[in-house]
Amino acid sequence: MAIEILMPALSPTMEEGTLAKWLVKEGDKVSSGDILAEIETDKATMEFEAVDEGVIGKILIAEGTEGVKVNTAIAVLVEEGESADEAPGQARDAAAPAPAPGPQPSTKAPAVAKPAAPVADVSPDWPADVAMKPTTVREALRDAMAEEMRRDADVFLMGEEVAEYQGAYKISQGLLDEFGAKRVIDTPITEHGFAGIATGAAFGGLKPIVEFMTFNFAMQAIDHIINSAAKTLYMSGGQMGAPMVFRGPNGAAARVGAQHSQDYTAWYMQIPGLKVVAPYSAADAKGLLKSAIRDPNPVIFLENEIMYGKSFDVPVMDDFTIPFGKAKIERAGTDVTIVSFSIGMTYALQAAEKLAAEGISAEVINLRSIRPMDTETILASVRKTNRCVTVEEGWPQGSVGSYISSVIMQQAFDYLDAPVINCTGKDVPMPYAANLEKHALLTVDEVVAACKQVTYR
Amino acid sequence: MPPKQAAAKSNVSAEELLGHYREMLLIRRFEEKAGQLYGMGLIGGFCHLYIGQEAVVVGLEAAAGEGDKRVTSYRDHGHMLACGMDPKGIMAELTGREGGFSKGKGGSMHMFSKEKHFYGGHGIVGAQVPLGAGLAFSDKYKGNDRVTFAYFGDGAANQGQVYETYNMAQLWDLPVIFVIENNGYAMGTSVVRSTKSPSLWERGAAYGIKGEEVDGMNVLAVKEAGERAVAHCRSGKGPYILEVKTYRYRGHSMSDPAKYRTRDEVQKMRDERDPIEQVRDMLLTGKHATDDDLKAIDKEIKAIVNDAAEFSKESPEPHLDELWTDIYATEIPQEA
Repeated sequence: MAIEILMPALSPTMEEGTLAKWLVKEGDKVSSGDILAEIETDKATMEFEAVDEGVIGKILIAEGTEGVKVNTAIAVLVEEGESADEAPGQARDAAAPAPAPGPQPSTKAPAVAKPAAPVADVSPDWPADVAMKPTTVREALRDAMAEEMRRDADVFLMGEEVAEYQGAYKISQGLLDEFGAKRVIDTPITEHGFAGIATGAAFGGLKPIVEFMTFNFAMQAIDHIINSAAKTLYMSGGQMGAPMVFRGPNGAAARVGAQHSQDYTAWYMQIPGLKVVAPYSAADAKGLLKSAIRDPNPVIFLENEIMYGKSFDVPVMDDFTIPFGKAKIERAGTDVTIVSFSIGMTYALQAAEKLAAEGISAEVINLRSIRPMDTETILASVRKTNRCVTVEEGWPQGSVGSYISSVIMQQAFDYLDAPVINCTGKDVPMPYAANLEKHALLTVDEVVAACKQVTYR
Repeated sequence: MPPKQAAAKSNVSAEELLGHYREMLLIRRFEEKAGQLYGMGLIGGFCHLYIGQEAVVVGLEAAAGEGDKRVTSYRDHGHMLACGMDPKGIMAELTGREGGFSKGKGGSMHMFSKEKHFYGGHGIVGAQVPLGAGLAFSDKYKGNDRVTFAYFGDGAANQGQVYETYNMAQLWDLPVIFVIENNGYAMGTSVVRSTKSPSLWERGAAYGIKGEEVDGMNVLAVKEAGERAVAHCRSGKGPYILEVKTYRYRGHSMSDPAKYRTRDEVQKMRDERDPIEQVRDMLLTGKHATDDDLKAIDKEIKAIVNDAAEFSKESPEPHLDELWTDIYATEIPQEA
């Protein structure tokens, strides 16, 4: 049966092209793979190959013709002994209509609405009558990993110095002794490689915890975190994903300079497919890390080196977890809402204390979970205080605070009595000199000043 | 299936040869059809065809066992067909339809099948190498004897993460076969223009990894080498490298005019080394099959491919609700 040869699309954007040259003539026998013609696209001259076997019955578009639309019949291929007149010339309309290349609206239906945001959950993290134990953030993180490794044999820890050295920051102290070298694995200093291996292990059904000595080094691994771990569930239509945790200290420590002091919260916050948490207290650290290890998605768990040695009360419970997407009001207030997370909370809480002495009542929200973010709790507070200041050590442009500001603008604009202020780290690479470093980071006084500004005091 | 032995050509059965012929032909006809559908605008974006390289995946799949895993790059259609994924689901993914393996959300470069232990389909050059080692890590951790085939090209062979992975794979004795599909060109850059150490498999020696070079146009040679690699990995001796010398007839992607090589070079390869023609010759000269037998297979394959193409056109576009699904899992997908 005669087959029409159609003008091909030869690039993702081609809609028409020039039929530069025919390399066959009528009556020529062709087989699959033979070059039929040269076609000029907007980018290049391409060779166009035959797919089917047959004889060129008729050339419909002469060489040199410009502006030939994609899917125009350019020649007719016939079987030996067959006439080109039997070609389905007019039958083309009956053929399955090919959609035009390029984007096209599928239907006139409006874009699908995003699922509604959940309502704020203000329940306490633990029962009122439970005993409390002072615990450092360091111990809380270790306890969380140990408990989850006891609970699930598929959970393992890998990273630099996590095993024999007992952790560069001693977070994994004792884990090698309890769980052995099969489950607590020292890696070479190859973040890109071991992040990829851990992601592959997660595809294969395990639940890796990857420790980065700092998130600054995870920049070498960020391709696997985002392209391999975060996107696979979507790209596979839900068939497979990466249930795993990437954890380690994030942000500035002290006097370690520009390459070891970056806050990546806002970077990871942007990625659909990732969950991002940044604990402040030891209870946050323990409850969130246990949830992170159990979560069937890749979780970015952002710790802070300065906070490792700080002690907080942690509830003594068999299985204490904190759900993602649930902020905590650390201090109730009425005049201004301060929203922060991780080490930013130390500035926020100290500022609230100072403000109280001056008669300003600040409500301090500890976000904990950055993605999903509990915007309902923020909005409920702002509707009450009518003012908001965000606090973080990261840079100002595209900060977590700027996202929060946009949410407030869109959902609580009429409640605002002052513009939202974002207190952030300064817009500079981290300097080494002690005095410069101090100025590059936030100060409590800056937060106090911002709160006074929005309360017009 | 009886244990496989290193098969000399003389004692290869007609059944086996016909199987290779059929599978390689399916890949070729499927890819030709994909190229045609791309030309019609039914397939969008990037589309990297496997034509010319068929013997690599068909030979290695013949050496693989039940439960073994595979992961590859964006030039992945052949791998999926060879491991038994339904041509309809693959073609419908290429056309971005609901019936595709990823419900139309992955496309040519990003497809997966948990059922067939096919872990993608990855669009970032070299990324599949540590992912493959990680899959092997998961099997070793679970204590089974499965192996993983991690396929990558001569272009990816210059990626740093490949060598990070070699180091850890050997350090931890991971059962992964690194398959370098050396088709001579990384997009438009020939191997000799990208490295002064063109014997890519030998780089494994720096990490203590054994390997070998294989004639990738000869499916029997590929299978034989694959069996050696599988035996090595399955016995717990760690990774193995196969540098399979192959050739792609088409451009890097559909929009590549391939001006970096001569038409004669391609034609010579097609005329003298074509993997399908080689098996065809063996079948005919060995009197394992007649011309008519092979014509019947051709017809059968053509019908499968045409059915896949029809399905890929008829399957509806994904429902708009699919935009918002599969971003987060609510439970951990279970291992097949």
